[in-house]
Amino acid sequence: MSVLVYTESENGSFKKTAYEVASYAKGVADMMGTDVAAISFNANDAGDLGTYGVNRLHNVSDSKLDKFNAAAYANAIAQAAKAEGAKVVVISSSADSRYLGSLVSVHLEAGYVSNVTELPSSTDPFTVKRTVFTNKAFSNTAITTDVKLVGLSKNAYGLKENATECAVQSFEPSLNDNDFSVTVQSVDKATDKVTIADAEVVVSAGRGMKGPENWGMIEELADVLGAATACSKPVSDLGWRPHGEHVGQTGKPVASNLYIAIGISGAIQHLAGINSSKVKVVINTDPEAPFFKAADYGVVGDAFEVVPALIDKLKAFKAANA
Amino acid sequence: MKILVCISHVPDTTSKINFTDNDSQFDTSGVQFVINPNDEFGLTRAMWFKEKQGASVDVVTVGGAEVEPTLRKALAIGADTAIRVDTPAVDGYQVAKQLSAVVKDGGYDLVIAGRESIDYNGGMVPGMVAAMTGASFVNTCISLEIEGDTATAIREIDGGKETSTATLPLVIGGQKGLVEESDLRIPNMRGIMMARKKPLNVVPATDASSETNTVSFSKPEPKGAVTLVEADNLDKLIDLLHNEAKAI
Ligand SMILES: Cc1cc2nc3c(=O)[nH]c(=O)nc-3n(C[C@H](O)[C@H](O)[C@H](O)COP(=O)(O)OP(=O)(O)OC[C@H]3O[C@@H](n4cnc5c(N)ncnc54)[C@H](O)[C@@H]3O)c2cc1C
Ligand SMILES: Nc1ncnc2c1ncn2[C@@H]1O[C@H](COP(=O)(O)O)[C@@H](O)[C@H]1O
Repeated sequence: MSVLVYTESENGSFKKTAYEVASYAKGVADMMGTDVAAISFNANDAGDLGTYGVNRLHNVSDSKLDKFNAAAYANAIAQAAKAEGAKVVVISSSADSRYLGSLVSVHLEAGYVSNVTELPSSTDPFTVKRTVFTNKAFSNTAITTDVKLVGLSKNAYGLKENATECAVQSFEPSLNDNDFSVTVQSVDKATDKVTIADAEVVVSAGRGMKGPENWGMIEELADVLGAATACSKPVSDLGWRPHGEHVGQTGKPVASNLYIAIGISGAIQHLAGINSSKVKVVINTDPEAPFFKAADYGVVGDAFEVVPALIDKLKAFKAANA
Repeated sequence: MKILVCISHVPDTTSKINFTDNDSQFDTSGVQFVINPNDEFGLTRAMWFKEKQGASVDVVTVGGAEVEPTLRKALAIGADTAIRVDTPAVDGYQVAKQLSAVVKDGGYDLVIAGRESIDYNGGMVPGMVAAMTGASFVNTCISLEIEGDTATAIREIDGGKETSTATLPLVIGGQKGLVEESDLRIPNMRGIMMARKKPLNVVPATDASSETNTVSFSKPEPKGAVTLVEADNLDKLIDLLHNEAKAI
C-alpha cells in the first residue's frame, strides 16, 4: 500500500518543500493506516526525511538525470509508485513538480488534484480541499480512481516532526528514449538571490515607485529581511523589473509568511496571487487604496520616506536581536 | 506546420466568484467570459508563426455552445479554424482526453496550451495531452522558436530560466513572455467580419470518463480589519510584526 512522496533535492540535499510534502504524506499515511516511502534523484543521503516520518527512500542515482527532466522523472516516480503498490502519491507545487505532475497522473491513471491545502477530509471517498479561482475560493474535490495524486500547496501544511528511521535503497527505473525528447541546454539562475518560490518574506513594489531607478531601496529592504523581491504586473510590463518578479493572477503565486506591498494599489488580479501569504503589510500614500482592505498591517505614507526609515529601524532591530 | 491552440473559456479576472445550488455550482450570472490569459499569449505566438514562418492555426475548446463567442474572438484575432468539442468540461483528465482525440485526428506538429486556466487552476491539461499523445512537453514556457522539426524553448523555473531543445510534435504550457503584453491583439472590425465566415466545427465528444469530481465549493473566511500604524511610528510596526504576527 504505502503513500509515495516525491522529495525534491538540489545538489544532493533536500529542499524545504521536500520536508513539507513528507510531513503531509505522513499525515495521509496515518489516516490510511500505512507508511511512507519517498523517491528522489541523485540525493546524497536521506537527509532529515526520517524526522518527518519517511520510512524508506528510493533514490535514483543516474548522471543522465543530473538536470531535471520532467518526462524521465515522471516515468521513474510512476515506476516507484507501482513497485510500492502506492495508493496515494504526493508532490509539491514547485515549478518542477507541477511540470511532472500531469505526466505521472497519466502513467498511473491516477486522478490528480493540485493546489491542495489540507489533509483529506475523508479517505473513502478520497476528498481533498483545494484552492480554485486563483485563491478566491476553495473546492472540495473527490478523486475516484484507485491511485490518487495530490499536489500540495506551498506553506499550507507546514513541517510536522514524526521521527522514524529512514532506510535508503537505490532504485533503478527503466527509462526509454521517449523520456529524453526534451534536452536541457542551459540553466540561468541567480544562486545568490532568494527566489519568490522559496522565500519566507517577499518585498514587492508597484507603479507607486515611479521608475526603475528607485528600486535600490526596495532591494535594500529585501536584503535586510532576507527577502525575495517581486512587483506588480505593470511594473514588469513596463520593463522596470524582470517578468519573473510579476506576481498575481497572471503572474506568480506567492505563499510567503510575510508579504510587504509598497506603492501597489491592490487590484483584484494582484491580490488573487498573494492571498495565500500569511501576513500582509501595505505601504501606500492613498488611504483609499484597495490594498488596505486585504492587508493585516498598513502604513499610510510616502514610500520614499517610509521605506528608508523602515530600513534603518529594521537594521537596528536586527542588530539588537542578533 | 500545423498548430493547435487550446483555449479555455474563463471568467474575466475581475469577476466576483459566487456559487449556487447549495455551493455546488459556479454562479455564472453576470460573469463576463474571456480567452484564458495564458492562452491569449499562446494564440498570439501562434499568429507570429503563421505570419513569419507559415503555419496553419486551429483553435479548440471543450465545452457547450456558450463557449462559441470565445472561439469567435480567437478567429477574429486570426486563427483559421475553430473546433468545439461538444461536451461540458468536467476535469483536467476528461478535457485532456477530448483534446488528445482532436490532436491525433488533426496530426498537429505543435500544440499550444496555457500553463493553467485561471478558473480551476489545474495546470494539468497540457501535460496530460502530451502524455496521451506521446508528444514532447515543455511547461511554463516563456519563449518558443521552431526550426524544422526542432523547437528551442525557454521555461520559467523557480528563480530563473531554463533553455531546452525538443523534437516535434511538442505540447507547451505557455504564459506571458511567449509574447509581450503589448503584442496582444484586440480584434478589429475586419477580423470580426472575417471570423463570421470562418469554420467553427462542432465535433462530438469521444467517450471519456473523469477522474475527479467537485463535491462543493466554499469561500475564504472574511478577513479582519487592517491595523494602521503612523508613518512616524515604524517601531510600532516592527513590534507588531515581531511580537503579534511573529513574521520577523
Ligand atoms: C487580465 C488582467 C490580468 C492582470 N493580472 C495582474 C497580475 O497578475 N498582477 C498584477 O499585479 N496586476 C495584474 N493586472 C493589473 C491590475 O489590474 C492593476 O492594473 C495593477 O495591479 C496595478 O499595479 P500597481 O498597483 O503597481 O499600479 P497602480 O494601480 O498605478 O497603483 C500605484 C499605487 O501606488 C500608490 N503610490 C503612488 N505614489 C506612492 C508613493 N510615493 N508612496 C507609496 N505609494 C504610492 C498609489 O496610491 C497607488 O495605490 C491584471 C489586469 C488584467 C486586465
Ligand atoms: N475546456 C478546455 N478546452 C480547451 N482547452 C482547455 C480547456 N481547459 C483547459 N484547456 C487548456 O489547458 C490549459 C491548462 O488548463 P488547466 O489544466 O485547466 O489549468 C489551458 O490554458 C488551456 O490551454
